Amino acid sequence: MTAVKEGFDIVAVGASAGGFDALCTLLARLPADFEIPIAIVQHRAKESEGLAGLLQDCTRLRVLEAEDKETLERGTIYVAPPDYHMLVEEGTLALSTEGLVGYSRPSIDVFFESCADVYGPRAIGVVLTGANADGANGLKRIVERGGQALVQDPRTAEVSVMPASAQRLVPRARVLTLEEIAAHLAERDRLHRRSQRSRVS
Amino acid sequence: MVVPVKRPSPLPDTPATYARSLERIEVDLLLEGIYRHYGFDFRSYAYSSLKRRLWKRIFAEGLSSISELQSRVLHDPNMMEKLLLDLSINVSAMFRDPAFYKCFREKVVPVLRTYPFIRVWHAGCSTGEEVYSMAILLEEEGLYERARIYATDINEVVLQTARNGIYPAERMQEYTQNYLRAGGTSAFSEYYTAKYDAAIFSEALRRNVVYSQHNLVTDRSFSEFNVILCRNVMIYFDRPLQERVHTLFYESLVPFGYLGLGSKESLRFSKYEACYEQVDEREKLYRRTQ
Repeated sequence: MTAVKEGFDIVAVGASAGGFDALCTLLARLPADFEIPIAIVQHRAKESEGLAGLLQDCTRLRVLEAEDKETLERGTIYVAPPDYHMLVEEGTLALSTEGLVGYSRPSIDVFFESCADVYGPRAIGVVLTGANADGANGLKRIVERGGQALVQDPRTAEVSVMPASAQRLVPRARVLTLEEIAAHLAERDRLHRRSQRSRVS
Repeated sequence: MVVPVKRPSPLPDTPATYARSLERIEVDLLLEGIYRHYGFDFRSYAYSSLKRRLWKRIFAEGLSSISELQSRVLHDPNMMEKLLLDLSINVSAMFRDPAFYKCFREKVVPVLRTYPFIRVWHAGCSTGEEVYSMAILLEEEGLYERARIYATDINEVVLQTARNGIYPAERMQEYTQNYLRAGGTSAFSEYYTAKYDAAIFSEALRRNVVYSQHNLVTDRSFSEFNVILCRNVMIYFDRPLQERVHTLFYESLVPFGYLGLGSKESLRFSKYEACYEQVDEREKLYRRTQ
């Protein structure tokens, strides 16, 4: 039982103002054999294309812009497309053009909440730099459903408002630097792989 | 320095205390009831976003469970009408994704030019913004006279908005920019008359459009088409239902007919992928080849 409990199905990352540099720093520090699927909601203008391509230059993992009903695969990073909400269904990503939530589409809260609902204790939520409070409610939901919460230390974030909001609403979240978040995720992934192997054997 | 933080407002979604397995049972019962009583079939809609929209309505009505909503919906057709608007997402814009229309002009129009008559099916047309966009495009290419656009939606309320052709004037600036980026060859303002805060679109653009109610989930094909547009409609369906709709579209397209999808939709997960070629490497425009 303990082994299974250590497995994770998704790392959900939310970032806003200052997010590109933070994401790049974080992703560059993940090992090349990182397995847990990572899905990122980064606020951006609806015309802005090419975030996936830019992030690809920072990491050895594969980076894709999510398409509707895309299957979540190991060792892959998915980026929410501009002007769509991203949600998860069992094992796949789903998109929606519903109205803005908290002035945003994509909304980090919407994505985190669906991760919490679908994956419960098998989800890790990460809130990075940003100038609004998106992600705090969603992170709270992830913790309420038994998942893990990581927040970039507001003192080290380019813009502190978003991680500070998350920290305030989710006191149980671990508050870490980007380097520490990367190290923590790498350790979770190592345990995750061990649990996968023990589940098979 | 202490950063002032506003406490974010909670979102309309499943309450934290709600058991997920029970929620699923209640949702299934509600959708089954709606289908059997009203004939609207939401049973194969993508669950995560459907559930969010149910909770939005539950909170708006001051209710506290899906079962309470079920009781209200089944006994009150007005509540069903509200829920129908909630469940059919009606977000649209003129020339939404301008690059799509530009690609259509450059790669599809030259082929359509060789046809004596052009039948277009706009499936899930919502409030009609993209129907007017296509009418304008065909008009400017000199093809509208020999075209017929069949615009359908599940929801009669949005179809009436589409027929009226009246949109908020405040959006015209955005639409004008989209229009220009989509390769518009005239002045966008020639197509509407602004009155107070409304923009009324020209009667002439409506002359070859037929609006009718059609349900992609339960209704059959009603003709053969040269072009089918269905953009950001199927993202609300689960994969099996998407596949059924792809069957419907495949059977409704003439050989070498065109299928246009939303920019983040894909034929990759469909068995029909092999029956089409992608017309452009970026835009989701496909041509039936077999």
